[in-house]
Amino acid sequence: MKIHEYQAAEIFKKAGIPMLAGRVAVELNEAVEAADAMKYPVVLKSQVLVGGRGKAGGIKVVQNRKELERGFALLKGLRIKGYPVEKILIVPAVKIKKEFYAGVTIDQLRGDVVLIASASGGVEIEEIAKKNPQAIKKYYFQRSREIDRTRFREFVEGIFDRPAHREAGAAIFSSLAGVFFDYDCSLAEINPLVIDAGDEIRALDAKINFDDNALFRHKDIQELRDTCFDDPDELEAKEYGLSFVKLEGNVGCIVNGAGLAMGTMDVIKLSGGRPANFLDVGGSSDPKKVFHALEIILRNKNIKGILINIFGGITRCDDIAKGILDAKKKLDMQVPFVVRLIGTNEKEAKELLAKNGIQTFATMREAVEKVVKISKDN
Amino acid sequence: MSILIDTNTKVLVQGITGRDGAFHTQQMVDYGTNVAAGVTPGKGGQEVYGVPVFDTVAEARGKTGANTAILYVPAKFAKDAILEDISAGMELIICITEGIPVLDMVEVKKALEGKNLRLIGPNCPGIISPGKAKAGIMPGHIHKPGPIGVVSRSGTLTYEVVHNLTISGMGQSSCVGLGGDPIIGTRFVDVLEMFMRDDETEGIVMVGEIGGEDEQIAAEYIKKEATKPILGFIAGRTAPAGKRMGHAGAIISSGESTAEAKREVLMAAGGTVVDFPYDIPAHFQGRISV
Repeated sequence: MKIHEYQAAEIFKKAGIPMLAGRVAVELNEAVEAADAMKYPVVLKSQVLVGGRGKAGGIKVVQNRKELERGFALLKGLRIKGYPVEKILIVPAVKIKKEFYAGVTIDQLRGDVVLIASASGGVEIEEIAKKNPQAIKKYYFQRSREIDRTRFREFVEGIFDRPAHREAGAAIFSSLAGVFFDYDCSLAEINPLVIDAGDEIRALDAKINFDDNALFRHKDIQELRDTCFDDPDELEAKEYGLSFVKLEGNVGCIVNGAGLAMGTMDVIKLSGGRPANFLDVGGSSDPKKVFHALEIILRNKNIKGILINIFGGITRCDDIAKGILDAKKKLDMQVPFVVRLIGTNEKEAKELLAKNGIQTFATMREAVEKVVKISKDN
Repeated sequence: MSILIDTNTKVLVQGITGRDGAFHTQQMVDYGTNVAAGVTPGKGGQEVYGVPVFDTVAEARGKTGANTAILYVPAKFAKDAILEDISAGMELIICITEGIPVLDMVEVKKALEGKNLRLIGPNCPGIISPGKAKAGIMPGHIHKPGPIGVVSRSGTLTYEVVHNLTISGMGQSSCVGLGGDPIIGTRFVDVLEMFMRDDETEGIVMVGEIGGEDEQIAAEYIKKEATKPILGFIAGRTAPAGKRMGHAGAIISSGESTAEAKREVLMAAGGTVVDFPYDIPAHFQGRISV
C-alpha cells in the first residue's frame, strides 16, 4: 500500500526526521493562506501515488501570489500517468548545497533489510545505480536494534564529508530504519535529503510503501489509504478475495492460481488473442467468487469472449461449475464463454455443466484456441 | 531416488485441526505419506484422521520421530510456528501459508542461518515424490513416478505442466514448489543442484515467473554445472510493469524481473524455454529414456 508524500512526511516528522513544515491544499484559498504564512518562494508539489511526478511537471516553484495562483491551477488540471491531482503540498523553497539519497527496503536475495544511501541524490536511485554504481552505499541488517555503531559510523563516513553532517545524517538514517520496522514498510525513502544554504540537513521528500501482508497489525496505517487512485473494479475484486488486474485486450480470463493465470494470459497472446485481464480466483473453493469474477469481467465492454481455466487442487471444479451456473441465471451473459476444468471433482462439474448445455474442454490448448477464435469472429 | 522427501519422511502437520490442515492431512495419508504427528497448541491429545495431535513441536518430534514439518497455520502465527520448528530441530520445513509479513520472513531467515535444515516456501504448494510421499496440497493423482524433476514458483501452473508430462508417459522423480513470496527459503539453484545429483532424475522442468532475479542466478548455475536437459517456462510475458500479479513476489520492478529477461538468460545458459506449457513433453522427446 502506498501513501501520499504529506502523510509519509508526518510519520517521518514524528520519528525525528527534519522535515519542512508544509501544508496540504485542495482549494486555492487554502494554498494562498499556506503560502502567505510561509515566505515566498514556495514549492507546490502534486500529491499523487505514482512516480515520475517531477518529470510530468507536477512540481512548481512560485515566487509570489500571482505565480502561485497560476501554478496551482496548472497542477490541478494535470493528469500524472492518468491520475488527477487532487491535493497539493505547499512547502517553503530551500536553497540546496548538496543532494543525497536515503532509502530502506528489503533485499530479496539476501533476505535482509538494506539501508541504501548515496551522496548523489535527487534523481531516482535506479538511475544512480546505472550511471554511477560506486556512489551507492549499502548497509545490511535484520532488526532495527541490530545497527552496529562502529560499522554504521564507517558507513556514514562514506556519505557525508563533515563530522556534524555525519552525526545528523546517522540520526536520520536510524530514524528512517526505525520507521521501516515500526510500520512494516516495504520502502521508506528520502529523495532528496539535502544540505541547505544554512548547512543544515533536511529531508525534502518523503515516500513510504507498506507491506500489504502486515497491514493487519497497523490499523492506523490502513486509515491512510487513498482509494481514488485504485481502479474501482480492482478494489471490488479485492473485497471478494480475487486478484484482478485490468488490461487492454478483449478476452476475459478467470483462472485459479497466479502462475496459471499469468500463463493463460501469455498463451492467449501467443495464440493470436488479446487478454483483457489477470484474474486469480484464489485457492479456496467458493461458487460466489466465480459469480463475482464474471460480474466484474462482464462490465468491461471490450470483452468478446471469456475463458474459464481451472486446474482443481484445493479448488473444487464442481464449486466453479456452480458459480458459472449461478452467474448464467442471474447475469446478462451475452458474451460467449469457454470452460476448461480439470482436477478435483472434475467429473461432477462436467456433468453439472453438461446438464445445463455448457460444453467443457479437456485441454488448455483447445480452450485457448477456441476463445481466441471467438474473440476474433465476434 | 527422489529429492527432499521419500518413504523415510515422517511428516508433522502444524495447524492440523484447522480446516485446510485437516483436509490435507487426510489427502496426504490417503496418498500413502507417513504423517506421524500433528500440532495445534491447546489441542494435544486429540486425533485427526488417525494422526495424534500434540501441543508443541518438540513433544511431537520427541514422541513420534517426525522429521519434516508442514505448515497450514494462519499467516499471523506462521513466524512463531517456523521458529518453533527450528528450535525443535526439524530437518525440513514446508510452509504452505500465504500472506506472511515480509519482516517476519527476514527474522526467520536470520534464525535459519548456520542451521542444518531447509525451509521450502512460504506460499507454496509443497513437495511430492510420486509413489513415495506427498507433503503438500497438490492433487496426487495427476503425478506418476518417473525421471523428470519439476521445480516451480507457482502451484496450478505446475499441475498443468505435470499433467501434460504424465499423459505423455513422462513421470516425475520429485516436484518442488518454491513459493510465490519475495523472501523464500529455497531457490531454483538449490533444487537444480539436488536434481543434478539425483540418479533417478534425467531431465528438469523449471517454471519461473516475473519478479526477483532467482531465474538469473539459476541461469549462472546452469551455464557452469548443468549436465541434464533443462526445460523452462516463464509466466508473465503479458503482465504490466509495477502491478502485483497475485503472488506477492510476482511484480515487474526492474529490467531483470521481466519474463523476457529471464527467458533470455535461461536460453543463453543453454536451457530450452518453451512458449506453451503443454509443449514441454514434446521437447523432452528423445532426450530422456521414456
